[in-house]
Amino acid sequence: MDAAALLGQLVVGLSRAMILFIVSAGLTLVLGVLRVPNVFHGSLYMLGAFVAWTVAEAAGFHPAAFWLALAAGPVATALVGLAVERVLLSRLYHREHLMLILFTFGVMLILNDLVKLLWGPTYRSLVPPPSLQGAVTVLGVALPKFNLVLLAAGPLVAWGLWLFAHRTRAGKVARAAATDRDMVAVLGTDVSRVFGMAFALGCLLAGLGGALVAPTTSITLGMDHSLLIDSFLIVIVGGLGNLWGALVGSLLFGVTQSVGLLVWPQFAVAFPYAVTAAVLLIRPTGLLRSAW
Amino acid sequence: MSGWILVGLLAAALAVAPVVLPPFLLYLLALILVTGLLATSLNLVLGYGGLYQFHHGVFYGIGAYVAAVAITRLDWPAWLAFAAGPVAAAAAGLVIGFFCVRLSRLYFGMLQLSLGSFVWIVALRWYPVTGGDNGIHGIPVPAALQSLPAAYALVAVVVAGCLAALWAVVRSPFGLTLQAIRDNPQRSEVMGVDVRAHQLAAMVLAAFFAGVAGVLYVALERSVFPNMLFWVLSLEILVMCLLGGWFTFSGPLVGAAVVVGLRTLVGRYTEYWTLVLGVLLILLIFFLPEGIMGHLQQRWGAHRTVAPRPAPAGDARG
Repeated sequence: MDAAALLGQLVVGLSRAMILFIVSAGLTLVLGVLRVPNVFHGSLYMLGAFVAWTVAEAAGFHPAAFWLALAAGPVATALVGLAVERVLLSRLYHREHLMLILFTFGVMLILNDLVKLLWGPTYRSLVPPPSLQGAVTVLGVALPKFNLVLLAAGPLVAWGLWLFAHRTRAGKVARAAATDRDMVAVLGTDVSRVFGMAFALGCLLAGLGGALVAPTTSITLGMDHSLLIDSFLIVIVGGLGNLWGALVGSLLFGVTQSVGLLVWPQFAVAFPYAVTAAVLLIRPTGLLRSAW
Repeated sequence: MSGWILVGLLAAALAVAPVVLPPFLLYLLALILVTGLLATSLNLVLGYGGLYQFHHGVFYGIGAYVAAVAITRLDWPAWLAFAAGPVAAAAAGLVIGFFCVRLSRLYFGMLQLSLGSFVWIVALRWYPVTGGDNGIHGIPVPAALQSLPAAYALVAVVVAGCLAALWAVVRSPFGLTLQAIRDNPQRSEVMGVDVRAHQLAAMVLAAFFAGVAGVLYVALERSVFPNMLFWVLSLEILVMCLLGGWFTFSGPLVGAAVVVGLRTLVGRYTEYWTLVLGVLLILLIFFLPEGIMGHLQQRWGAHRTVAPRPAPAGDARG
């Protein structure tokens, strides 16, 4: 195995990990603060990609509209999430986890069918502007430019979320509610509003992941295929509700799979599952501290 | 007593079905029975055991794949292959369960999902043996099973037998201990019950019956495909239990009938049948949280076969 191939695979794996991180950060936020296992998180990822494509198409795929398209995806999914949370989910917080899974599964079925209804089964692609096409050669390895954008996006999102959680009042209240929501409510904070906001933020991250992945893959029904389970596993392996845990879990997932491609291509996709199972057996509540 | 009369009527209906139903509906009924057995086997661990069995489809898939591979690749006699399916599923239940029972609730379910996804990938990628993403089609079944009425008869008899066995299990001292563990694991442990051994035994039993359902699917459809091992199917079975009422014995059967019936009947008119199912599930959560059978049992004042639901895990008010 030569070093150039390893570096190339590493960059691919890391950019995949960044997408996984952005999506799982949303999932872990919703699980940590609201304690809701959101099964339609994967559908929002798909929806974010489709909305980004539609906005880019409406602008005639003009290079300048590319960034607008990337922003439209997450905004749309945040609004969908907020609507579902305010109208229905906010009435169900006292129910047990299985009922919440049943509810979010119902929403997943509806969202997936709506995407099918609105966009149909055809494959679409979103082309990045010319300045981001092609590759940069580093140490003799051609690295696609857009993958480098993804490598920057992951840490930026992590930094933004950290700022939100530690430097804003809403973030601090959300963290407090994750630990003891009753106490926060007793102290006179409208917990329900915080929950609505945290849920919308989680959904925004799912859509952001979808919009960011759109230029690197074909946008189609079922693009969320195994993503939901992957991000749930990432969240659990990292430590439930723990932002840095989601980052560690995503790196573990993305890198084991892409390096696995060099070792045993046929079964590379199985590597992350084997690794998560091993981690759960050794540290049942995840690598970092869990919020539950 | 009225319960037994109802069971007798249902058995009679199953017996006359091949005579009165057109082939399409007979096939649908057989599919509902297979799926119903699968969901009921899940409910042994989910409803009666209180375990978050998130990837039950794996045992169904293993049962079906082992039977299919034994027939097509190893040239085993079909009946022997059919017997091997559930045994392999039970063995998988023992291995996966051995690791999972060490963890609690959500973590139990997540470990099962990662182990199950591993099995799914193996079936998806091991082309020479499993046929990869195509699966295995046109599996030769014994001449005696070639016709639909014959396949239906096998399904009906085996499912009825398995349901009777599962009913006996939940009413046995073992089944009652399992429910006691669900309702209060700490107390059961203090009373000297080996909690993990009981949970593991329940998982092996549930996996065995899921394997039987997988073999019946092979007998009926003569094909297997990797989606039988995918998490979506597992979530669907889980939803059948919740939809029908996971604190009742017959709930999962009713849930399976609703989901399979919707897919087949509504699916004939529109490809958007899952939209209908999604709306139905959300309505259910708001209006019938006990599930269909749970609600009916409450209304008719029938004695509950199972204790009241445990307290919600998350004490959420907000």
